[in-house]
Amino acid sequence: MGLKLVLTGNHALAYAAKVARAEVIAAYPITPQSPVVEKISELIEAGIMDAKLINVESEHSALAACFGAAVAGTRVFTATSSQGLLYMYEWIHWASRARIPMVLGVVSRTINTPWNIWPDHSDFVVNRDTGWIMGYAMDNQEAFDMTLQCFKISEDPRVFLPCMVGIEGFILSHASMPVEIPDQDAVDSWLGPRRQPYVIDGSEPFALGGLSMPLETEEVFVGIQLAMKEAVNVIREVDKEYGKISGRSYGGLIQCLYCEDADYHAVSMGAWSGDLIEAVEELRREGYKIGVVRIRFMRPWPEEDLFKVLRGSKGILVYDRALSFGAYGVLFTDLVTGLALRNPDLPPIWNIVAGIGGVDITSSDFYRLTKEFVENVERGDTRIKHYWITKKGLRV
Amino acid sequence: MSGKPPLPYGMRNVVLPGDAACQGCPIPLAWKTMSAVFGEKMILVIPACCSSVILGIYPNHSIRASVIHVAFASAAAVASGVAEALKRRGIRDTQVIAWAGDGGTADIGMASLSGAAERNHDFIYIMYDNEAYMNTGIQRSSSTPRGALTTTTPILGKSENKKDVARIMVAHNIPYVATASVGYLHDFYAKLQRAKNIRGFRFIQLHAPCPIGWRFEPRYTVKIAQLAVETGAWILYEYYDGKIHLSGASKPYLDPSKRKPLEEYIKLQGRFRNVKLEDIEELKKYIERNWDWIRRNMD
Repeated sequence: MGLKLVLTGNHALAYAAKVARAEVIAAYPITPQSPVVEKISELIEAGIMDAKLINVESEHSALAACFGAAVAGTRVFTATSSQGLLYMYEWIHWASRARIPMVLGVVSRTINTPWNIWPDHSDFVVNRDTGWIMGYAMDNQEAFDMTLQCFKISEDPRVFLPCMVGIEGFILSHASMPVEIPDQDAVDSWLGPRRQPYVIDGSEPFALGGLSMPLETEEVFVGIQLAMKEAVNVIREVDKEYGKISGRSYGGLIQCLYCEDADYHAVSMGAWSGDLIEAVEELRREGYKIGVVRIRFMRPWPEEDLFKVLRGSKGILVYDRALSFGAYGVLFTDLVTGLALRNPDLPPIWNIVAGIGGVDITSSDFYRLTKEFVENVERGDTRIKHYWITKKGLRV
Repeated sequence: MSGKPPLPYGMRNVVLPGDAACQGCPIPLAWKTMSAVFGEKMILVIPACCSSVILGIYPNHSIRASVIHVAFASAAAVASGVAEALKRRGIRDTQVIAWAGDGGTADIGMASLSGAAERNHDFIYIMYDNEAYMNTGIQRSSSTPRGALTTTTPILGKSENKKDVARIMVAHNIPYVATASVGYLHDFYAKLQRAKNIRGFRFIQLHAPCPIGWRFEPRYTVKIAQLAVETGAWILYEYYDGKIHLSGASKPYLDPSKRKPLEEYIKLQGRFRNVKLEDIEELKKYIERNWDWIRRNMD
């Protein structure tokens, strides 16, 4: 049997890297991610984790060093937040285009300026066009499980793409919860040794990333898009297999609660889904048949899974904790597109952007907003609409 | 140089004929010298620079060794990762070499270079110094000498002195630092051989005149590289065991009276065609200050 520890979200990420037997970690500290690196340092110096930690001088170098170590045949891990993630953004793209499996923990924090260390999803969602597999956890157990799953997904030959796991800074990163760590032998036999599409270690001459013409470059992009399509199945499979060694499966790319008899659906991603679930439970007690659809993976976009659960919905409310300025909430944009591609006859869909810059959205906020949505639709409002509700009640 | 035996290049084995270098480009000369030391057992980590282009267009590649093309600021960081992975995997017969231009080293790559040096990763960093951003079209770098015309100092020439990267690396107290020149390939070869047998971070700054960027005839590449040394403008040395060891080719020029006039080096290069007298005086002072530093730190 596994081990039950009380871990912060940050330490859950560190333990996942340890249990995955990551061999090289290159990282740079940033609030709120720092304890990930500190815990890994401690595990290594105490002789509990057998890995090399490279204390690089920047996030740009963190991912670059991880890339080098991964290309040369080792399993790697790093983690960052916000400004650090933006600083390594060049390498985020580089890694996926080189099809190098690796895992990155993103401990979400909003983006400066002004200085602010509280969470929203702004830093995470900017990666949506990078070719990374992108998962976002709801609690510390899932942060651990998803990180471990990420290694498996990333190294699957049908995928061979890097994978990132998001958790909200502080809400998860610095909050302690019980986390069950599966038995190491079970993880070892499930995850297996490092797999990657090629290794550059001097055993034979190999050139990576040389000058290429448009047609060859297009092929690289096509390869990533095809791998993303494969990843949909791989994520489902890995989640099921993981259940056999851990007793925990989450349902693949999305998790659905109270969906069986739901007329309406509220969609969200990340830790605040917990508050949303509380609000929906309260509303269900009042007779509102609402289901909660939690996005676990936003890349590849769970188009098919969402269509399955949302087909026939009387109304969909999408909560976004990040927006594309001048456009809409990021999950909303993809959700509407994905549904319309499968059936252009859409139900009312509202998009509420909230919780930006770490603004606290409580379960009573979710209760009020969700109820208002359902009541409007029942009164005959059929619009697809988007607004951003600020804490002061301003609708933007 | 005529008295020395040819270097064991293995020219047709590693550095293949048919690259995309300009006429008179010294980069393939340097690679041949490196191949004489490491054969195909080298992994070159190359950021954006002329070499990214010289190696040719996919699916062709003009060098039979491993190459990882990386983002501009990252040669030293990627090489750190490669070196650590090879160490963990017990691979000891392959040399990791970060190969970067002066822009990728002295400017955008400075932080990652300094970081990797301070952490003392086990690889060789070679900065081939053609004293401007040649690949993007001859823009000024911090390694461009005072007075040189570039496309971003197009009329007046650069008004600041060249950044001394080798001296910065000496200040990192790494196991080995050397300066070298494409005009002295036996010297470069000997330095690579020494570096090969040292563990930890090793840095070589290789002076590499560029016919296009410096505006001289392609046949003068080696001559100009040698003039840089003979005028004392480029000083060949090694740093190890805490001391500067002046290389044989530069030894005579410790004595300023043995040096050729700086003007002989300058007048062959179109980049100095607008150079002002005061710039030449400043260049001379800069060179003398470099020699003073050498004298103070010699064994």
